[in-house]
Amino acid sequence: MKLRLDILRRKNADSEPYLQSIMFETDNENATVAFALTNICSGENVTDVEGKPVSPIVWEHSCLQKKCGACAMVIGSRPRLACDARLAEFAAEGFVRIEPLKKFPVVADLMVDRSAVFDALKTLGVWANGEVGAPDRTDETAYEASRCLQCGCCLEVCPNFYAGGDFFGMAAAVPASRLIDQLDPEQRKELSAGYRKKVYNGCGKSLACRDICPAHIDIEKLMSASNSAAVWSRLHALFGRKNRGVKK
Amino acid sequence: MGNVIIIGAGLSGLSAAMTLAEKGQSSLLVSAQPSERAQSVLAEGGFNAAADTMGENDSTALHFEDTMKGGVYLADPNACAALAENAPKLLEKLISLGAAFNMADGKPVLRNFGGQKKKRTAYAKASTGKMIMSALIDEVRRYESKGLVTRYPHHKFVSLIVSDGECCGVFVQDIYTKKITAMFGSVILCCGGMNGFFPEMTTGTTANSGYVQAEIFSQGVAFANLEMLQYHPTTIGIPGKRCLVTEAARGEGGRLFIKRNGGNYYFMEEKYPELKNLMPRDVVSREMYLTRRQTDCEGEVMLDMTGLSEQVWSERLPDLRQELKEQLGLDPAKEPVPVREGIHYFMGGIFVDEFHRTCMRGLYAAGECACQYHGANRLGGNSMLGAVYGGSKAAQQALADGVKSAEGAADMSKAAFEEARPVFIKKISDILLGALGIVRNEQTLRAALDELGRLSGSNSDETARLELARAMLMSAAERRESRGAHFREDYPEKDERLRRTLVAQLKNGEVALEFRDLPERRVGDEAQT
Repeated sequence: MKLRLDILRRKNADSEPYLQSIMFETDNENATVAFALTNICSGENVTDVEGKPVSPIVWEHSCLQKKCGACAMVIGSRPRLACDARLAEFAAEGFVRIEPLKKFPVVADLMVDRSAVFDALKTLGVWANGEVGAPDRTDETAYEASRCLQCGCCLEVCPNFYAGGDFFGMAAAVPASRLIDQLDPEQRKELSAGYRKKVYNGCGKSLACRDICPAHIDIEKLMSASNSAAVWSRLHALFGRKNRGVKK
Repeated sequence: MGNVIIIGAGLSGLSAAMTLAEKGQSSLLVSAQPSERAQSVLAEGGFNAAADTMGENDSTALHFEDTMKGGVYLADPNACAALAENAPKLLEKLISLGAAFNMADGKPVLRNFGGQKKKRTAYAKASTGKMIMSALIDEVRRYESKGLVTRYPHHKFVSLIVSDGECCGVFVQDIYTKKITAMFGSVILCCGGMNGFFPEMTTGTTANSGYVQAEIFSQGVAFANLEMLQYHPTTIGIPGKRCLVTEAARGEGGRLFIKRNGGNYYFMEEKYPELKNLMPRDVVSREMYLTRRQTDCEGEVMLDMTGLSEQVWSERLPDLRQELKEQLGLDPAKEPVPVREGIHYFMGGIFVDEFHRTCMRGLYAAGECACQYHGANRLGGNSMLGAVYGGSKAAQQALADGVKSAEGAADMSKAAFEEARPVFIKKISDILLGALGIVRNEQTLRAALDELGRLSGSNSDETARLELARAMLMSAAERRESRGAHFREDYPEKDERLRRTLVAQLKNGEVALEFRDLPERRVGDEAQT
């Protein structure tokens, strides 16, 4: 398999981006974009299609098996994990365009600064002050919520998210859904308020995040659980007296 | 004012930071990538603790015995006794943090794992590491909000700051700005295994490059049992790495076979009627390797999970099934999976005592980077336990020793970061792989040492890597016996005289090896079982 990789590169945050095209050939039919980048970086005297030497490409990677979220980038105009993007998908076109995620500041080449993702979790206060306690049976919501890779793919496609903005997106909402109905009343109130302000109010329900998640997290289910804990339970509380009155 | 610097934000690093914070001690948590990218998230099968929730009369004494036996009695018995003794409490703690374990009636469900006769492995489907990490990351975030943990994300370790033979801090580099700074205080290394010495050939992450180990070895820190590499029996090849198929696949009933005379030969079941497919990993890997070479056997060893019930697939291993479908394009519930042995864990590493102190005052190590608990072969389910317990133990010891000052002076001219070229790393790796396979012998090891001697590094990291690689090969040559993961066809038996820790250290520019006696098991210790 032979493919042209068009990589949007940039020496550092202040320099101009440029497109570098590199031919990559492999007999591994399962080869991924991550595999190609690794091999290009570890090769000797690699040149681009114009014969110019290719300096090592800066990109983040770690597990190479879709479990850590490090290698998220825009591949063929979709945000995805480089270790999950098989070159064979692009073989018919003969090329694939590889760019850094656009919602985050570029550090160099394909590496972006995703601090905003982690800052949001801190601002939102995603932790438990007290013990969460042992559930009677396997807590499927906690399991699903704990699977988030913090890769940023969902934020990349979200029409409402931008780094540093008021809307935190699903990369904050999903981990929050692990805890939101598990907290003591005071902290639950705080996290719920944050959730309404930073997630619920800003979400346009485009659900673009649902289809792009490389971990296939059931975002709708988690959102509905969190909405129930942070939004509807508040409405119940507000109108609770009346409701209870009706019941009586 | 005292300070603790933790290098690495995986399971052991988070555990150390949490323990320090619980005791009111602030720490700096340094990592090149966020905790979500740490290798710990890949851990699949489970977390060992004799919580005895399955009505099998399990005990911490049996956990201790299995750990020692599985490691072929090369581990520190006092450290292992304390590990087993503390495991149920640590499991409870993780559950109280909300780690999403498989539960029934408010108690963790335990499953069978290799080398253990009781159900002792708590799990979260086949994503146990990810579930534990998510809970610990949130807990450490709580301490971040209190100012007790300060993260230094996108920072990598450059070198130790050593003064009069004591470690008093580290140089780190900001990956984004390339700026190198000095940090002072006690240092806990939680930097994972040496995967980077075997690129593409391990189940681990590329983030564990082995840079830290090579650098500190060149700075005089002692290592131990470097010959002890764990080959996991069931891995599959995916682009750029080996991918683990959890031992839980066999714990839940998966069977290994190979084609022989047209039929299926279930070699583990025939040879080991008691534990069958759940023998310790060193035994299974060796049997696979040898069976594949039998003239009457053909093809790959297959892992047959077609007999697992729908309930097991849906409640206990749904993630494994999904992964194999995506990676191999086959459904393991319907057809067997071809598997091979792959490098999975480094039992050897930084030489530490029972309290996780290295040979250098002020420097501690925990998790996979440290040589502790696992002897000559690690039991599945003991690595995450070892990381959580070890990180905590190292933190407690740093406090007990009196944490070092956050103030200091360092010669910044000594703080240069140089990285080995991938092509050079590949050369070392090819030499190591040729000699440190499942079956080893003197001749191949000596030839590999000669070959390594013909290489010379072009920068400090390359030179340091050469020395540590040399120490690995020399250790394997020096241990003239077969024990656990170290099988010597020229010395196929155990030699009780060598039931000792093999310590490697760079002295005057040369690798020096020394067998040291294992600590005697203390009697009357509260951690005794």
